[in-house]
Amino acid sequence: MDKSPILTVVQPAAVDRLRAGPQGKRPRPAISGRNVMLYGALGLAALYYLLPLYVMVVTSLKGMPEIRLGNIFSPPMEITFEPWVKAWAEACTGLNCDGLSRGFWNSVKIMVPSVILSIAIASVNGYALANWRFKGADLFFTILIVGAFIPYQVMIYPLVIVLRELGIYGTLSGLILVHSIFGMPILTLLFRNYFVSLPEELFKAARIDGAGFWQIYFRIMLPMSLPIFVVAMILQVTGIWNDFLFGVVFTRPENYPMTVQLNNIVNSVQGVKEYNVNMAATLLSGAVPLIVYFVSGRLFVRGIAAGAVKG
Amino acid sequence: MIHDNTSFRTDTSVSIRDLSLSFGAVTVLENLNLDIHDGEFLVLLGSSGCGKSTLLNCIAGLLEPTEGQIFIKDRNVTWEEPKDRGIGMVFQSYALYPQMTVEKNLSFGLRVAGVPREEIDKRVARTAGILQIEPLLKRKPAELSGGQRQRVAIGRALVRDVDVFLFDEPLSNLDAKLRAELRVEIKRLHQALKNTMIYVTHDQIEALTLADRIAIMKSGVIQQLDDPITIYNRPNNLFVAGFIGSPSMNFLSGELAEEGGRIVFKTGETRFSLDGYGHAQPLTPGRKVILGLRPEHIKVDHDVAGGEVHEAVVDIEEPMGADNLLWLKYAGQTMSVRIGGERRYKPGSTVKLGCDMTMASVFDAETEERL
Repeated sequence: MDKSPILTVVQPAAVDRLRAGPQGKRPRPAISGRNVMLYGALGLAALYYLLPLYVMVVTSLKGMPEIRLGNIFSPPMEITFEPWVKAWAEACTGLNCDGLSRGFWNSVKIMVPSVILSIAIASVNGYALANWRFKGADLFFTILIVGAFIPYQVMIYPLVIVLRELGIYGTLSGLILVHSIFGMPILTLLFRNYFVSLPEELFKAARIDGAGFWQIYFRIMLPMSLPIFVVAMILQVTGIWNDFLFGVVFTRPENYPMTVQLNNIVNSVQGVKEYNVNMAATLLSGAVPLIVYFVSGRLFVRGIAAGAVKG
Repeated sequence: MIHDNTSFRTDTSVSIRDLSLSFGAVTVLENLNLDIHDGEFLVLLGSSGCGKSTLLNCIAGLLEPTEGQIFIKDRNVTWEEPKDRGIGMVFQSYALYPQMTVEKNLSFGLRVAGVPREEIDKRVARTAGILQIEPLLKRKPAELSGGQRQRVAIGRALVRDVDVFLFDEPLSNLDAKLRAELRVEIKRLHQALKNTMIYVTHDQIEALTLADRIAIMKSGVIQQLDDPITIYNRPNNLFVAGFIGSPSMNFLSGELAEEGGRIVFKTGETRFSLDGYGHAQPLTPGRKVILGLRPEHIKVDHDVAGGEVHEAVVDIEEPMGADNLLWLKYAGQTMSVRIGGERRYKPGSTVKLGCDMTMASVFDAETEERL
């Protein structure tokens, strides 16, 4: 096609526009004071948080002779996975010498039922509070929220007695029950606020369509609530996995969760301090919440944005 | 309590008896009575907060009344669940289930009720046919336009074969053009189905165009219940007169006087003869009143067909294409007059006015009731 007529038309117009002064997007230099400040601050913050992790990873891959040299920032001259193996399968706590693996499986056995139980109950609580306004709902909700502000320490002794009377003190089920109860206030608040943010007319439409309490919950509300379930799951997984206090108080040594066992390994006073084993054990304990964050991070942000933090 | 329904008309579809509803100290509805005939299109009209949506929610069973009874098809449904009332409801926000396809949205109620598969398919197909949404059946609500969504929402009520349709401001979320289109469609649907429909809106055009009867509400009380033409031409009180009509009715305040054996309306030095006004109450001289005249019932210049002639000055002209709205200064008050779009006036020019008193309204200044 012949383009020359177009060119002759375009060029004078472009020149005119240049003469007319600023137009369109303003040009910005790649390196400006603003950018240096912004990315500099971000970089520093990232470094501040990543450095301890780096030291831990590096140390856990070194042998003891290399650690004794004292250069904690230098990368390992000879990479060894022996500390990891020892931390997982051989480290001693008290009489047991089967490493963290025992604590890991204990933690899994505590966490999975606690997470499922607490989320199942709290989501139905939140749904009932948001959509089925019953007499005294506000009072019930207030009591539940106040529960979130009472220090745990106050409740430990009474709880020990309650569990003893129920005959489940020191067992895994006892600890699962405790975790589920303590997750209730914050999770109920989370779910209630989410369900309140869903359009009320959806609920009304479902009632006119003849759906009852559970049908609306399972067929209408649940499929719309994936983000908030992910948020609740992350909160619970992290909280329960990292719990130390309840683990010590409510279980016996053979049922100790991973955190308690980690403490026992790191703080054991006999023999040489094996820093590489301690670092490996700590990283192993932190792996589960870390993986959960990585896998569901995007959904987490979506759930938070979708009304989880709205009052 | 055993109710006495011997006094009911057999063609009554929905009947509301002494209905009251209060949230704590706030009374939304008070002692409301309303009978809706079988196959009637009733519009509940009012500004926001007048209780019209609350009343609809009571009929649907989504709100519990504090006092009173609701009958649908001569059955006392006051304590019934929404699904057992034989109603379908269409919401302003469509309220389609976002995770279900259009087909599943339509059939949800039937699936919950355990209707056999073939019957569901048959009814969904019929509904989709009526509303012309067959090509959309496999789509999710997010993939539909506003008009299509509202059509599906109507379909969800349609598919359940209900006696009474409830519409809660169904067109308020749509743009003006679509609103006009769907308005016509709803009217066509009503003519085809002949179901009872109760329609809540704050839009007077929707009310006037759709309704068999309009109930105008204010503060939880029905101000007037009549067919659209009566509501428009013979409003019961000042509120109804001012609410209906755009531009709104002209109001002149003054008093009644007797001059030469005839009753006239007097404001300042100006007199309007009230000959031809069909009054319901005696027009006693000296009574403070408000005279209401609709913009199109005032004639200008060569349209004035004898009788009294007044003169006014044009203040502002608002041409709207089909017609032209003149704002006049008259007797120290502002009046609007609607004339043909082709007739133009310059601000400041003088025009002759003649009023059609048979179409006028006179209200008592204190009670605001029609005389």
